[in-house]
Amino acid sequence: MKKFNILVLGILISLMVSVNAFGMHIAEGFLPKEWCIGWDIIALPFIIYGYISIKKIVEKNPKSKLLLAMIGAFIFVLSALKIPSFNGSCSHPTGIGLGAILFGPAVTCLLGLIVLLFQALLLAHGGISTLGANVFSMAIVGSFVAWGVYKLSRKLNISTEISIFLGAFLGDLLTYVVTSIQLSICYPSEVGGIGASFIKFASVFAVTQFPLAISEGLLTVVIFRGLSKYFKEEISIIGFLNNKEETA
Amino acid sequence: MKKNIILIFIVIILAVIPLFINSNKEFGGADGEAENVIMEIDNDYEPWTESIWAPPSGEVESLIFALQASLGTGIIAFGFGYAIGKRKSDK
Repeated sequence: MKKFNILVLGILISLMVSVNAFGMHIAEGFLPKEWCIGWDIIALPFIIYGYISIKKIVEKNPKSKLLLAMIGAFIFVLSALKIPSFNGSCSHPTGIGLGAILFGPAVTCLLGLIVLLFQALLLAHGGISTLGANVFSMAIVGSFVAWGVYKLSRKLNISTEISIFLGAFLGDLLTYVVTSIQLSICYPSEVGGIGASFIKFASVFAVTQFPLAISEGLLTVVIFRGLSKYFKEEISIIGFLNNKEETA
Repeated sequence: MKKNIILIFIVIILAVIPLFINSNKEFGGADGEAENVIMEIDNDYEPWTESIWAPPSGEVESLIFALQASLGTGIIAFGFGYAIGKRKSDK
């Protein structure tokens, strides 16, 4: 637990220090400084909330540690897979949906940050200056959409597996819609303004992402089927705890 | 199990079809294309900061991506192995 605290602290500090440097989905240096700082400020409370929430889950339920590591690992794997898409470019799924649905959206806010930081530092994928913006679109919006859609679908009596598919699918897709919005706010077109820019960015990101979002949904269902078989106890404990707390 | 195979098969199909219907395209990254859109809208824009460190070549980059994926897969595989073993010994 101590090591974990130090790790998280380290990440938080590097987040603060790197306030004027970030990047993963939006490349390094491609957002104006004010916006970089703005997104950092918006993302920060969610990161802290995520940290507190993970700490609580682990304290209440030491058994859930392994499961937690696995959903983090799932994000790692999926965001390393650059998959070709129908419009002739490549992108990668996010893997956020699984964790958000199982543990609640707070947890994946922090896990998403870790993956984004890894890719920004070692792969020049995304960036340190754009980290806050990318955390917001992938880890925050992605998590809350996936979790919210899953909850809603379950309320509508849609089966667990289809609800998980819908959650992961829409969480992935919305991530890139938000990325497009973030870029179009900063780069309005001369003709047509933000709306026209949004269409341009969305046609790059969201269109590429559509089939990948389907893939992400399907892969999330596959891994969930495995988890629900072999981690029944852990999932039901966390699931119940979180569902009640989060909706209350 | 059968269902999992079908689902994974669909994922593979979704990734492979684009390679054939768009065989003349480059399949570069969507993030790179977004940079082009930015340049198109505001052609004076210069990124105000650069990555602190970037992989020196495509090979090194693919190494790091492979590490990222294998690290994750390792943890997931360990988890399942652990759970299956535990279940067996509990019986």
